[in-house]
Amino acid sequence: MRKFVDLHLRAPIKDLDQVERMVRKSSELGYRLVGILVPPNITRDQINQLQHICSDAKIDFVTRVDFSPKTARELLQDLRRFRRKFEVISVTCTSKGVARQAAKDRRVDLLHFPATDLRKRFFDHAEAELASKALSSLEIEMTPLLLLTGFSRIRLLSRLRREVAIAERFKVPVTISSGATNEYLIRGPHEYAALTTLFDMSMPSALRAFSENPLAIVERNREKLSPNYIAPGIRVVGRKTGV
Amino acid sequence: MRRRYLALRVVSEQHVTERAVMGAVWNAVLELFGEYGASQTNVSFIKYDPQRNYAVVRCSHTALEKVRASIASITEIDGKPAVIHVIGVSGTLKALRKKALT
Repeated sequence: MRKFVDLHLRAPIKDLDQVERMVRKSSELGYRLVGILVPPNITRDQINQLQHICSDAKIDFVTRVDFSPKTARELLQDLRRFRRKFEVISVTCTSKGVARQAAKDRRVDLLHFPATDLRKRFFDHAEAELASKALSSLEIEMTPLLLLTGFSRIRLLSRLRREVAIAERFKVPVTISSGATNEYLIRGPHEYAALTTLFDMSMPSALRAFSENPLAIVERNREKLSPNYIAPGIRVVGRKTGV
Repeated sequence: MRRRYLALRVVSEQHVTERAVMGAVWNAVLELFGEYGASQTNVSFIKYDPQRNYAVVRCSHTALEKVRASIASITEIDGKPAVIHVIGVSGTLKALRKKALT
């Protein structure tokens, strides 16, 4: 059975009741793992509280941070400081320089582009080529599709159709997430999959974008963050004691 | 013609009437697919249980994904935040009752 993942819940971590409602709703709708957006300066206690809420709802939890640096240099500094602290790192690309740096950096998991300012969606052939070599994934958030209406939604759908086609051509994994800020904006995985047909994503690719693709990111990063990890393909299998 | 029956659960802060749910679904289909697309879906309301907030909708089997997408795009009913979840899909009402409404 497929394990569905929503890597982007924008739950307000100061309002734990709201977080709990959103996590319970995700669990009820069939998700088995959620990524909650946290600020980089989050404390260990706050993470434990989130962990506790998720384990009560019988759902796995990953920490996710979003960077929206102004320059490529700023992005590199953020990655150096925070990569080993969080399981999923997403970069909101607001300039072409940042987008290119994020796409070629193996420490970036998700490439995220603003949904309302379409001039800042830099996911083109060059970006896709870099992303495919670095294992970065294109993230598509569904909440703007629900909230936008009329011409803005038409333009967004048209842009997403183009980006998904490019990603497929260059074999860049696509990850779909909710980006929900409250429980009324969370939909079930099959509902989101139906919505992705609006930008010509096939049903199997859509379901992969909700399960295998985000799971691969989480598993890869959990392995990297484990104390036994040395390098890709090399890990400690046992330690000699008493020497 | 083959059909699909969808069991829906309406979640809203306020009480919603059958008319309001029907209107929200039709508006969503029209907004996303236009009049031509809506005509292909053959959406019709079978029943609505206001106590449990469950509804059953029928559509053409070829338009199932269109109807699902439209229902998923609903964010408010009568101007208040609301969401409609599809809790089951089946080819017959009998099977739908067994699968989703019990």
